Amino acid sequence: MSPVRIKDHWREQRMFNRRAWFAGAVMVLAAFAVLGRLYYLQVVRQHYYEVLSLDNGVRTVPIPAARGLIVARDGEVIASNRPTFDLDLTPDRVPALNDELEHLVRLGLLQQTDLPELIRTIKSRLSFDAVPIRLDLSAEEVARFAARRYEFPGINISPRQARWYPFGKLAVDAIGYVGTISASELAHLNQAEYAGTAVIGQTGVEAAYEKYLHGTNGYRQTLVDALGRPVRRAGALGKELHFKAPVAGEDVIVSLDLKIQRLAEQLLKGQDGAVVAIDPWTGDIIAMASSPAFDPNLFARGISEKQYAALVNNPRLPLFNRALRAQLPSGSTIKPGIALGALTEGIINPTKRIYAASAWHLPGSGHLFHNAAHEVCGWVGLRMAIIMSCDVYFYRLAYKMGVDRLGAWLPNFGFGHPTGIDIPGEQSGLAPTPAWMAKHYPHDRGWYPGDTVILGIGQGDFLTTPLQLAHYTAMLATRGLSFEPRLVTGLRNPRTQRIHWKRPILDGNLTMISPASWKVVVKAMVGVTTNPRGTAYWQMINSPYPIAGKTGTAQLTREQANDVGNENTGPEKLRDDAWFIAFAPAQAPRIAIAVLVEHAGYGATGAAPIARKLMNAYLLGPNGKLLAHPGRAALSEPAGIKPRVEPGVDPRFTPLQRAAEP
Amino acid sequence: MIHEEISTDSRTRRTLSGAARVLLALKVDGPLAVGLGLTGAFGLAVLYSASGENTPMLVRTLLRLVLGIVIMLAVARISPNLLRRASPWLYGLGILLLLAVAAVGHVHLGAKRWLDLGPIHFQPSELMKLAVPMMCAWYLHERPLPPRWSDLGMLALIILVPVALVAKEPDLGTAALIAAAAAVVVFLAGLRVRVLIALLLLAVAAGAVGLRFMHGYQRERLLTFLNPEAHPLGAGYHIIQSQIAVGSGGVFGKGWMAGSQARLDFLPERTTDFIFAVIGEEFGLLGLVVLLLLYAFVIGRSIYLSMQCADTFSRLLGGSIALTFFVYVFINAGMVTGLVPVVGVPLPLVSYGGSSVVTVLSGFGILMALYSHRKLMG
Repeated sequence: MSPVRIKDHWREQRMFNRRAWFAGAVMVLAAFAVLGRLYYLQVVRQHYYEVLSLDNGVRTVPIPAARGLIVARDGEVIASNRPTFDLDLTPDRVPALNDELEHLVRLGLLQQTDLPELIRTIKSRLSFDAVPIRLDLSAEEVARFAARRYEFPGINISPRQARWYPFGKLAVDAIGYVGTISASELAHLNQAEYAGTAVIGQTGVEAAYEKYLHGTNGYRQTLVDALGRPVRRAGALGKELHFKAPVAGEDVIVSLDLKIQRLAEQLLKGQDGAVVAIDPWTGDIIAMASSPAFDPNLFARGISEKQYAALVNNPRLPLFNRALRAQLPSGSTIKPGIALGALTEGIINPTKRIYAASAWHLPGSGHLFHNAAHEVCGWVGLRMAIIMSCDVYFYRLAYKMGVDRLGAWLPNFGFGHPTGIDIPGEQSGLAPTPAWMAKHYPHDRGWYPGDTVILGIGQGDFLTTPLQLAHYTAMLATRGLSFEPRLVTGLRNPRTQRIHWKRPILDGNLTMISPASWKVVVKAMVGVTTNPRGTAYWQMINSPYPIAGKTGTAQLTREQANDVGNENTGPEKLRDDAWFIAFAPAQAPRIAIAVLVEHAGYGATGAAPIARKLMNAYLLGPNGKLLAHPGRAALSEPAGIKPRVEPGVDPRFTPLQRAAEP
Repeated sequence: MIHEEISTDSRTRRTLSGAARVLLALKVDGPLAVGLGLTGAFGLAVLYSASGENTPMLVRTLLRLVLGIVIMLAVARISPNLLRRASPWLYGLGILLLLAVAAVGHVHLGAKRWLDLGPIHFQPSELMKLAVPMMCAWYLHERPLPPRWSDLGMLALIILVPVALVAKEPDLGTAALIAAAAAVVVFLAGLRVRVLIALLLLAVAAGAVGLRFMHGYQRERLLTFLNPEAHPLGAGYHIIQSQIAVGSGGVFGKGWMAGSQARLDFLPERTTDFIFAVIGEEFGLLGLVVLLLLYAFVIGRSIYLSMQCADTFSRLLGGSIALTFFVYVFINAGMVTGLVPVVGVPLPLVSYGGSSVVTVLSGFGILMALYSHRKLMG
């Protein structure tokens, strides 16, 4: 437009100044944008970023608490800890998980068969948490790994305290064992609480008292750089690091008398069976054995798939806790209980004698019920019926009593429901009633009077566990008091060594049974061992103290009979199981015991000798005289501790009250 | 027109203090020098921590700072006329050096940016940060303003040739900064607002097209700032870690040498491009505000000095130096806090790195020369 333009310095100066001011305004706006952003990051979101920055640089390394000890009543430690070297794997520092694990297999440090479960476990843990992948390396294995450590990024040898059962399989069915935490167990755990913990109680006291034994893990925070390497010199950053000392788990004191426990396991050796011995006045388990047993150290060290398969596939079922879980007919051992029920219900006159032939004819049917060996009892009253274990007498008694009253009396003695022992896994047995029968055999048949008849001698569908039978024996011993069976009597603080004693729990008292009835039945039970016609006379002969006992022979249950031909039932397995129950001394009992020997035939010969040896060991001193304080050892609870009485239980003690305590 | 050199004005000289007389003799602007000095000192303190108490690094930086100051003092003595007349020669030299880099340059970290001149590595692109705006100012000096279309065409050529050469190295950040420094000259020369807006739109369009021709890492770096969490361990890592550093610093910071992000290597490039995050982490919002106030003072003083200049070349060049300095600061702060894409722009006077300090201080040397030799309009 205008070809000639002349520079106008004033105009240019003004324009420059305008532009400069405009630029200044833009800069101020930009500055506010930056400041606004800084306000957002450093004030509004400060906490969020602070957490992220801590996550970045601070690695929290858990310090596992020492697991509490398990101590027997005499102070002997049954479950302890010992230092071991484990292999730990930190998932997020392992570049190729499968390759590294395979490499460990080639190095002989892992078993190929363990890999799938191991990988599952690793995947279930937090990626920056060290997972133990192999427990308890030998010194040679530590050396082998250390030499090639550089080939295994993310895998370290870490010293740890491992569970150690110094006596091996001793009392394993009571104490239980610890095992590696599996993926499914982890899902139910507070992962923060178990960070750094390698094992968890799987069965027995180890499982039941896991909460107390585990303790509280501590932690140490360390600085790591962006590559995850620990920073040695923390300098000014160090002040932010926390340390929490672990608190060791509490020691658990169990009531087991290891002398008796050892003997029980020794006596059961080579046989399948169980022993449960109870202090009738507290419910304390003196011994609890199941045979065959297994070494819990296998599990504490991290059992291999192969070892585990060997245990599971053993036809004698070593992992099966017979004391808690074997459910068998009680056989004749139930007769004293039924007699007490019948006396209390007024069904029989204890002094009236009846003639018992070799069989009894069920009225209104053609069915004959025989004595065990088709023997003829002759003229017997209640006392002789128990002494001789006369089935015919009890067929007739059960028939007269009827299933309703019989069904009501069995639970009174703790049958058909769990005893409430303080470790998990107990079976409840079965006290059948017509309702149960109709429910479980709807297409078969209903309840026949014949079912009631054989219930009178503890056969048929009636099932009990050795623990239930021992508990029932303890109730007979105390003349009606039911103490909840228990293994754990106290918790000991490992630091102060102070013991918190647990009170025994009285959860039942059969006050309706008259002293006269008790007298008759207990006298009959003593007769079993002292009367020449008693079924256990020869096994108990010349005992320095009176023993009240009862033999029993459990015939195969209907279910077992139907099961013939499965893997566990060879022909010899069809033999009867032998029971023996006893308490002693009869008038001031200190021990109640139930012995089961599977497939041993007749109860008196199979089981009674074991019971006698155990009672002798418990009650007699080296001089063969009764001990003043059997079982009163270093860690026994103080005398005079009163039981806790469950609501609804009549706490009155019988005239025998604490007779065992001189 | 009558021009009078202020330094020869005897009436003024008598009222000055001793220190001011020294500054005057050195052609140095006192307030600006103080602002720059404080910023540099702050930078040294931060660098000591960010480098992990690396003393040799600190010494090197101190030496570069001293070198920069010497060059600044030397440049401040040059008369604006000489600077103006030298501009085309400097520009030409820069183009030649860039071509030399393209031909025989030293490859470092996948980019050809350095010329290996015996003991020193030299980045010609640093020279162009000053040479290109000088060339633009020189071109516009004699012409009536605002510039005409034909002038703009010529300017576009002057700017785009070196920018293209630098971008090809590839050094996108420096290319953008050179373009920005030159564009500021054109803006201050009075480029019409309509044209400005049109050019901005064009730049956006060109940017969109340019994305297609970028190297993969450049495109990724440009775009991840919008969603850094998409690449937490890749391109987004820098941004995430720098924001954690800044955010976790809070208002008062974690304390000098106590920033875990920086000290434990989580923050990448913590001595160079991301040193702003170290300040945010260790000195908090407060420290950053102090730093930004220092920068604001330097920029404000620079603009003031430019406005005092009488001739077009001086004003345009001075203004460009001031505004380019701002652009450095803003892009670096914006990048570290996630406001703008991650482009390799150092934080002036604080980031570790040789050429940058020298370039920046040379720029302020020019600014002081322009101001202290200014002619008063009669």
